[in-house]
Amino acid sequence: MLASHTETLALREQFETPAQQKEASSLGMWIFLVTEVMFFSGMFLAYTVYRAAFSQVFSVASNTLNVVIGAVNTSVLICSSFTMVLAVHAAQIGSRKLLILFLILTMLLGGVFLGVKAYEWNQKFEEHHVPGPTFHLDGTTQQGQAQLFFSLYFAMTGVHALHMVVGVGILLTLLIQAFAGRYTAEYNTPIDIAGLYWHFVDIVWIFLFPLLYLIGRHHH
Amino acid sequence: MHEHIDSIKTYAVVFVALLFLTWTTTFVATIDLGPFNVVVALAIAVVKMMLVVLFFMHLRHSTILMKVVIGGGLMWLGILLLFSLADFGTRGWLPVPGK
Amino acid sequence: MITEAVQERETYLNASYGLKSWLLTKDHKRIGLLYLGTITFFFFLGGIFATLIRLELLTPKGDLVSADIYNKLFTLHGVIMIFFFLIPSIPATLGNFFLPMMIGAKDLAFPRINLLSWYLLVIGGCFGIYAMLAGGVDTGWTFYVPYSSTYSNTYVVATGLGIFIAGFSSILTGLNFIVTVHRMRAPGMTWFRMPLFVWANYATALIQVLGTPVLAITLVLLICERSLHIGIFDPARGGDPILFQHLFWFYSHPAVYIMVLPGLGVVSELVSTFSKKPIFGYKFVAFSSVAIAVLGFLVWGHHMFVSGQSVYAGLAFSFLSYFVAIPSAIKVFNWTATLHKGSISYATPMLYAFGFIGLFTIGGLTGLFLACLGVDIHVHDTYFVVAHFHYIMVGGALMAYLGGLHYWWPKMTGRMYPEGFAKLSALTIYLGFNLTFFPQFILGYLGMPRRYWTYPDEFQVLHVMSTAGASVLAVGYVMPLIYFIWSLRYGEIAGPNPWGATGLEWKTASPPPAHNFDETPVVTTEAYDYAALEAANVG
Repeated sequence: MLASHTETLALREQFETPAQQKEASSLGMWIFLVTEVMFFSGMFLAYTVYRAAFSQVFSVASNTLNVVIGAVNTSVLICSSFTMVLAVHAAQIGSRKLLILFLILTMLLGGVFLGVKAYEWNQKFEEHHVPGPTFHLDGTTQQGQAQLFFSLYFAMTGVHALHMVVGVGILLTLLIQAFAGRYTAEYNTPIDIAGLYWHFVDIVWIFLFPLLYLIGRHHH
Repeated sequence: MHEHIDSIKTYAVVFVALLFLTWTTTFVATIDLGPFNVVVALAIAVVKMMLVVLFFMHLRHSTILMKVVIGGGLMWLGILLLFSLADFGTRGWLPVPGK
Repeated sequence: MITEAVQERETYLNASYGLKSWLLTKDHKRIGLLYLGTITFFFFLGGIFATLIRLELLTPKGDLVSADIYNKLFTLHGVIMIFFFLIPSIPATLGNFFLPMMIGAKDLAFPRINLLSWYLLVIGGCFGIYAMLAGGVDTGWTFYVPYSSTYSNTYVVATGLGIFIAGFSSILTGLNFIVTVHRMRAPGMTWFRMPLFVWANYATALIQVLGTPVLAITLVLLICERSLHIGIFDPARGGDPILFQHLFWFYSHPAVYIMVLPGLGVVSELVSTFSKKPIFGYKFVAFSSVAIAVLGFLVWGHHMFVSGQSVYAGLAFSFLSYFVAIPSAIKVFNWTATLHKGSISYATPMLYAFGFIGLFTIGGLTGLFLACLGVDIHVHDTYFVVAHFHYIMVGGALMAYLGGLHYWWPKMTGRMYPEGFAKLSALTIYLGFNLTFFPQFILGYLGMPRRYWTYPDEFQVLHVMSTAGASVLAVGYVMPLIYFIWSLRYGEIAGPNPWGATGLEWKTASPPPAHNFDETPVVTTEAYDYAALEAANVG
């Protein structure tokens, strides 16, 4: 490495200024989120097509989900978004203690969400609502179409949960680095862009909740 | 780029609004609005998304480029949905099997 | 490998030594070379499958391989050539190496992500090779359900995972390019001073970022359907296999432009450099790249005219498909106008550019036949389609890749390739290509379906011509492999600017120093400003 190109955390060697680096990082993250939108889009298209074609069965199947648990879990995730934005705020004002506190809180709330999700998935296995040979749903003769609903349910919540797990992993890394005092009021871009990711995962759930849990409630 | 730091109060207001909208969408779903159940549910979800994007993700302080990136992403989502549904929506219009 | 004359100066090649300095490098130029090695391997691997396919088709009977093996051969040929050679080819090698240099940057915006992209391609490739060695896959590169999800007894999951992982390589390269073009341009390098190769790679990156994730989720759903019994595309449960085709082609049609757009960018550079003229209608050519990228997303349904898609959707997709011809034609006409009264030299890269222009035009025009609903019903799934897309992929993208490789070889290695030998190989490839694929247009029009391992006797003459052409083509492809390696040691030493080209990459030494430029360049002229170059040389 050339002596004239010494690299610091706040400024990697390919950049001229810290502002250029920060803008590049946020732009990169926003573009990554666009790829995430497109990644989820395939499942949203499948959902739209089948929901339009089999709305009756989808209503019946949706009503077997526990709406209270769903709503509570949505709120948990919104709380985690709130603590995440507070973590970003703490980083901006350079408070290491608050940053660590809010990162831990965000991870805990993410963990609660995942725990509740695991409980719900487990229920599905017990109720034979998992697509496959043992599948059975009461209240409809269209077992195949009902399996489509639960296929989408598992695909969508599964991919979402996977993103949550990755998010918790990212926060854990940031937490360790924050303990080491790596983030200051001047350099906190990783916290900022990890926040963007976390909020994005929250937004996906904001759509999944009504689409999966609420579509048949008025027939109850 | 000048870094804009929002107040905690702003975040708190958005947070409460998000919780309120979650409650609203859950409650409204129990009322039979016919075809408008979907519309209302998605409208509330879009409002929640906008709150998160504009305030929590600070898009309102971001450069035009970032807004173009997000707009472009949503537009491409629209292309996928619209063009595919153009097929699914017009199937069976011709009285020919398989068309 | 490096003689004393070169050793005096520090270059990206001798800045550090050892395997580790390559496998952990963050230098975009070294990563470009890693990609070059990887995709060359996959190119020849895919070529072996192509050879076996052509050998089987030499006779009307299935006497070389069985039907099952033949299915695996064309599937592996397609999968390897598309996902592991053509998609990464120009962007990941030449783009990686030259995009930062052409805009006067020290590196891409995210060098570590760039290295990660290469590892993802390698890991994806390992899954593909595992599937190949374990028993292959026989679904065709399109993986249509329900065959791939329910009935095929081959290694669909491993192949799908390989493509999924390689897809993230492509996404991250695209992301890196977009951010680099937006944020890393040197002072004075405005958008309309960027070389057209950069514009083309930028447009390509948009497709990679917007399209590839849709393929990724489609493969995930397919893999889950196969291994976990969820049933999103399963007709037995009311699912719609055509939904799979929509999702697949939403990526895979634009993917055609991922493969050919960077080639269009290379040809713009070549035509300008070897006719010593700025590209005619620079802005039109620049915007036509973006137009192709956008229009490419609106036409995917033309792959599904006979698959049960609604005819109304078919009409719309057919209509929109014709529009892609406009930006493509803009490019061809503007290149031709650039040649007019230019001082043209017939160096090897220019021969490839000429080959490209002619073959791309034929490939593009036959695409219009296929975009036409009525004609498509006649030629759908025949060799006409096979010939059409090979004119674009091989006659277009591969010619441009080879042209670009010859053009920038002196910059990458500091050595010239042997010109005479290279011209011979360019000519061999051109003749071999046409002999291979032109008869296939006729075959297809006469009714020879694709993906069959036997055929009626009356098709044999044309199939023999095609196989003979493939042999010539194979010789043509082995030649550059030999002389490029030869030139590393024995090639003539190249100066910084052997072609008298404009562009920042020619203003630094060959091979370039580790950080590309001794000091950040300041751009004061338009792209392809030969007058300014001459004035600087005289002064």
